[in-house]
Amino acid sequence: MNDLTLTRREFLQAAGALVVQASGLLAMGDAAAQAAAPVIVGPHPSALDTWVRIAADGMVTVNSGKMDCGQGLDLAYAQIVADELDVALDRVQVTLGDTRLSPNQGGGSGSTGLRMGARPLRNAAAEARRLLVESAAARLSVAADALDVDNGRVFVKADPARGVTYAELVGGRNFAAPLKWNNAVGNGMDAVGQARPKDPSQYKIVGKGFKRKDIADKVMAREHYTAHIRPANLLHARAVRPAVAGAQPLAVDAASIAGIAGAKHFVKGGFVAVVAETEWDAIRASRALKVTWSDVQGPFAGGEDKVFDYIRAARPTAANAIPMFGGKKDFDPKPTLDALAASKKVVEADYECAFQSHARIAPSCGVADVRGDKAEIWADTQKPHFLRDGIAKFLGLQVANVQVKWMHGAGSYGRSDADEAPYEAALLSREFGRPVRMQWSREEGTAWDPKAPAGIISMKAGLDEAGNVTGWLFKAKGFNGWDVRFTGESPEHTLVGMLTGHRKWNAYNFNTPEESYRFPKHVHWWETVPPYLQEASPMRTAHLRAPQEMQTRFGQECFIDEVAAAAGMDPVAFRLKHLTDEREIAVVKAAAEKMGWQPRTARAGGGKLMTGRGIALHSGYQSYAAVACEVEVNKSTGRIWVKKVVIGHDCGMMVNPIGVRAALEGQIMQGISRALYEEVHFDDKRVTSVDWQTYRIASMDDMPAEVELVLINRPDKPIGGAGEPAIVCFPAAIANAVADATGVRIRRYPMVPERVKKLLA
Amino acid sequence: MPQYTLNIDGAKRVVNARADEPLLYTLTDTLKMKGPKFGCGVAQCGTCTVLVDGAPVRACVTPVSSLGKKPIRTLDGLEKNGKPHPVQVAFVEEQAAQCGYCANGWIMHSVALLEKNPKAGEAQIRKGLAGVQCRCGTHIAILRAVKRAGETMAKA
Repeated sequence: MNDLTLTRREFLQAAGALVVQASGLLAMGDAAAQAAAPVIVGPHPSALDTWVRIAADGMVTVNSGKMDCGQGLDLAYAQIVADELDVALDRVQVTLGDTRLSPNQGGGSGSTGLRMGARPLRNAAAEARRLLVESAAARLSVAADALDVDNGRVFVKADPARGVTYAELVGGRNFAAPLKWNNAVGNGMDAVGQARPKDPSQYKIVGKGFKRKDIADKVMAREHYTAHIRPANLLHARAVRPAVAGAQPLAVDAASIAGIAGAKHFVKGGFVAVVAETEWDAIRASRALKVTWSDVQGPFAGGEDKVFDYIRAARPTAANAIPMFGGKKDFDPKPTLDALAASKKVVEADYECAFQSHARIAPSCGVADVRGDKAEIWADTQKPHFLRDGIAKFLGLQVANVQVKWMHGAGSYGRSDADEAPYEAALLSREFGRPVRMQWSREEGTAWDPKAPAGIISMKAGLDEAGNVTGWLFKAKGFNGWDVRFTGESPEHTLVGMLTGHRKWNAYNFNTPEESYRFPKHVHWWETVPPYLQEASPMRTAHLRAPQEMQTRFGQECFIDEVAAAAGMDPVAFRLKHLTDEREIAVVKAAAEKMGWQPRTARAGGGKLMTGRGIALHSGYQSYAAVACEVEVNKSTGRIWVKKVVIGHDCGMMVNPIGVRAALEGQIMQGISRALYEEVHFDDKRVTSVDWQTYRIASMDDMPAEVELVLINRPDKPIGGAGEPAIVCFPAAIANAVADATGVRIRRYPMVPERVKKLLA
Repeated sequence: MPQYTLNIDGAKRVVNARADEPLLYTLTDTLKMKGPKFGCGVAQCGTCTVLVDGAPVRACVTPVSSLGKKPIRTLDGLEKNGKPHPVQVAFVEEQAAQCGYCANGWIMHSVALLEKNPKAGEAQIRKGLAGVQCRCGTHIAILRAVKRAGETMAKA
């Protein structure tokens, strides 16, 4: 492609028209690629004005198709754009996740917020600066390279008094300039202009710590969450779920809610809901509505007590050696098994991981206003554009007629229930011809939200006489991680979609670890097992923060310690012996040093309160994390207290160290929560985790006494995602520390006190 | 529907509500307040917390009809004469919110705790906040914020 070697642009100034006009279209020589490009509904990625605008007062607005769950993504974008444009940080505002303003950048997904989502914004800001400088050059009759920019003002380097502001050049008007779009939709979307972004060494704002502005609104009761959207003429809605999973509504007794003025019920397929004039009446109606459900056995044979037996016995639905994305790869365990057979010593172990729930702090909420062939949706979805596409399909509307406005909401950590209520609200709004606010209950948000799949990680390794590894086998077998897709792009990926006849897709994944360690004769693969209930299951699975990585690394990183022990080596020394990536080595060393790690091969603990330390490593999302921790284990109660946590962390170029610290602190507590408590309970018939007593999460009591974060900044490396690698380490780091403290190896998470107590007895 | 006169943040608010309607829905649905939020509806998370007679109460299970003239304080009314409460200031300073949805519960419990005893130590703070839930895991920053607020309030 030759589209970037263009003739010099000409610039035209005309009062009231475009200040900057480009000639020589970037896309000129690229007709074939244009023809193949996906259709874009809404703002187009190849228009500079889509990404960046400058108002009459000089305020810069950038639009992103991503969203924020409280990680401060908008602030980090503003830092990058401010540096590229040479404007003050407080002159940049960022809009997120509004389908009317931004193209589909994939939403919140795969820790791509900065590492991928920032690219087009950075490029657009650089291109805007270039055009502004050229425009100023024409206006001031000097060469562009005689100019510089400070605080949104272009000035003559030799005569700084001569200058012109961005506001004067383009304020309130369009750039009307093209970018070269890479034809990707979603996370991979990028667009470039002729300008090259600055070298990071030129950055003044990126790399410095800044505090988020949204926190003030949130703690001052000023923030609009989805829950606060209450348009005029609103109807409140609640869904009614069956007591036994898979039961279908046979009859509904309308008279049962006749006493609640204005309350009405709605049934379509297996979906039952009520609407009412007030929220409390909607709740009352949902409790009062008498529904006769079909008599079904209950799909969860044996319940949670038999879940690992079920996995072991099940015939795989799919098997693959590729971690998650990237197609199909065959694998052959035989050479590894032969190597193991010839080994002096063979170590093997199975590790079990329970189903976990997203269980957001507030369950799904969505507001929809469907009028004729148009729909407006307010939602705290992670993927507003995919939700738009899916609701359009669900209601049979043109995508261009559906708008989704992302709102702040309860924290979301992957494909949570966030897309569910908006779909249901849309269906009900169309039915009743009024705006509808659907609010899920706590029970629905825990029992009926998408789950992280349970799995068993089977590990085998061989050692020769000198204690060297001869072969390494990793096999993950678990429930499919993808009963529903990680976006709501189509109705079959939602509960209400499946309940109204959209059949579940058939796509499979679990996961395998990336190759951190170099072992001879290494084989790894995953297998998935059939779901308990094919359609509309409360146990349907979807991505939960670092999908299936916590499970697979629990096996891998615990087993590293077990093999190290069999080889008579210290766990840190054993890791360092087999690691080759200098960034992985650096985070392991950083965590161990800060922890004051003393090599040892025998356990440390003893007595009723036993202490020990452990470590685990994970890399992914272009980032690296090693978590070392010290635990205190109470033999009589089984309680594990993670007393001290040290994280060695490298996410490439750090944009906002305050944001990175906050991300890591959050991962410490959620990591402890998932490692020690989080477990979906279910019996034959239903999910019995319905609230915070039956789905326990970590509390203030679980906070470590000491936390140390070692942040390795690498401005020469790409920006990595800081929200996932560290949390992955917690179950393994804690289990390794418990083994060090007690001599007992716990091979299942969560490590709930009752089970730990039994194992230690 | 019965009528109730509630004493909210120092002002009389006349509302119509069913006798069994929990205060939370009156605050959010009728009065469109933004501080207390729905999180669980079963008094387990604290997201809906208001102070009644100075003590934290879970609005999601407290019927409007049970409140009489008792003073109700909410997050919406913590700011006085344009000045945020020291607990709010500390939460901003320490950046003690991720999604921020649960912040109401932490702040209202902290206000109740620290207004009684600004010198509360870490153990008392941990105990006082043990019944509040945060899913994002912001506890570490929250504890820093509550300690900071206590220091400010102890000096005042």
